[in-house]
Amino acid sequence: MNWHAITAIYRFEMARTFRTLAQSIVSPVLSTSLYFIVFGAAIGSRIDQVDGVSYGAFIVPGLIMLTVITQSITNASFGIYFPKFIGSVYELLSAPVNFLEIVIGYVGAAATKAFMIGLIILATSFFFVDISILHPVWMMAFLVLTCVSFALMGFIIGIWAGNFEQLQLVPLLVITPLVFLGGSFYSISMLPPFWQNVTLFNPVVYLVSGFRWSFFGTADVAVGWSLLAIGGFTIACLAAIAWIFRTGYKIRS
Amino acid sequence: MPTILSIQDLTKTYEGGYEALRGVNLDINEGEILALLGPNGAGKTTLISIICGISNPSTGTISVGGHDSLTDYRAARSLIGLVPQEVALEPFETVLSTVQFSRGLFGKPRDPAAIEAILRQLSLWDKKDARIRTLSGGMKRRVLIAKALSHDPRILFLDEPTAGVDVELRKDMWEIVETLRQAGVTIILTTHYIEEAEAIADRIGVINKGEILLVEDKVTLMRRMGQKRLDIDLSTPVDAVPDALSRYPLEVNESGGLTYHYDTNADRTGITQLLADLSAAGLHMSDLHTSQSSLEDIFVDLVADTPADTSKEDAA
Repeated sequence: MNWHAITAIYRFEMARTFRTLAQSIVSPVLSTSLYFIVFGAAIGSRIDQVDGVSYGAFIVPGLIMLTVITQSITNASFGIYFPKFIGSVYELLSAPVNFLEIVIGYVGAAATKAFMIGLIILATSFFFVDISILHPVWMMAFLVLTCVSFALMGFIIGIWAGNFEQLQLVPLLVITPLVFLGGSFYSISMLPPFWQNVTLFNPVVYLVSGFRWSFFGTADVAVGWSLLAIGGFTIACLAAIAWIFRTGYKIRS
Repeated sequence: MPTILSIQDLTKTYEGGYEALRGVNLDINEGEILALLGPNGAGKTTLISIICGISNPSTGTISVGGHDSLTDYRAARSLIGLVPQEVALEPFETVLSTVQFSRGLFGKPRDPAAIEAILRQLSLWDKKDARIRTLSGGMKRRVLIAKALSHDPRILFLDEPTAGVDVELRKDMWEIVETLRQAGVTIILTTHYIEEAEAIADRIGVINKGEILLVEDKVTLMRRMGQKRLDIDLSTPVDAVPDALSRYPLEVNESGGLTYHYDTNADRTGITQLLADLSAAGLHMSDLHTSQSSLEDIFVDLVADTPADTSKEDAA
């Protein structure tokens, strides 16, 4: 393993995060606070408890997931797309590194940043709602796994994207609807039976459900399924990246 | 000198059938400076990209310091530094951080002293905390070189290092190359500029349409270039070289005039004496032409797939 290369990429990417601290951290925190105010306090105060949890607290795991998923994808896709865009990717391709080292560096940094933001939002939520975490270790595990798996997906998007529009396209057209319809703001048991079944095809449902279980001990789907889904997703992304580097898809002619 | 880079039967065919390289064979000696000359689209950048691992070859093998560039790519790539043609740098990074990044990427531990030495050598130390986007074009090129040198490579590729830079910077680049050569770095540079190749290279390779047409020692090439030819047109054409001029290496040319070959690099060309003796022998000149085969001519002719010819210029 070329650990120096991994460290170099990781540091370089983290430096970008800290250089753009305002847009990296302040804006997701601000937008999440707005969600808390609107959905949690204003609207939530008129909604009954969901699964025995106040609505304001109920949406906390979903909101964290929403931000963490979006952040993981955006960070990782931008991290690899930008060198491609400006041409400095030549250095990465000519360096004595293999795909795993590149991925650990970029995805690790993107996931770290998303993870930090997730924790900051969690901390922020304490200001708005009363919340306790039933399984803190599992909560952390779900958070880390989500950050890593979606950063992997973001990395793939960054390599695939041919321009900035495409870079935005997948998060906007696919991820946002999946997250919003994945039970971030409601329990899928609130849906009519038909839509409950449809929703089970949405992978985000498993993430939000598992994550919410780690907070409140209640879940829409069994925790085992949640773990399986996120594990499977991670492996699928890794396999896709391995294929990308083996064939040189879009990066090495 | 031992061979540090060996390229054998290298081909590159892009999807769609375009053959960028057609069986390139090239050995590069340790410590030498090789200039690769070729027109746009000749395959220079493709060749460099494949050696450095940016593109994959279609067939053929490359050995870098005895390491295969595909199966033993870590060892092979560690020996190579690349300065690309395009200035491709992260605009918001500082000079220091981007050079440190490069060193780490190539598997070397942090070494502030080594980085400082490189930045000082390239007159970048004062700019170490400057963001890349604030630098001039020339400075950015220096940063690219600093990045390429950050891991102490034994082979440095310079892909058109002076394309579009002003004369002063070009001279600076040449000096940098000379300093590196003295440090024992093997340098392969591509260029459009013949005078650049003449100024700094030990050997010159000509590439066109994906094929290496010639690789020759610069001095040998210069010798070929140094040969000049003087054509003397006479008012009265002759059939043979007059006896009075027999001590000169003269030939009778197609138009009945005389042709004299001489070496411009020699102390004396003998032209003055020849012309005096010509006059004394009662021959009247109607015109004089000199012609020289320059590296540029050799280059143009090779590239045009025609036999070597000479260019004409009028003598005073």
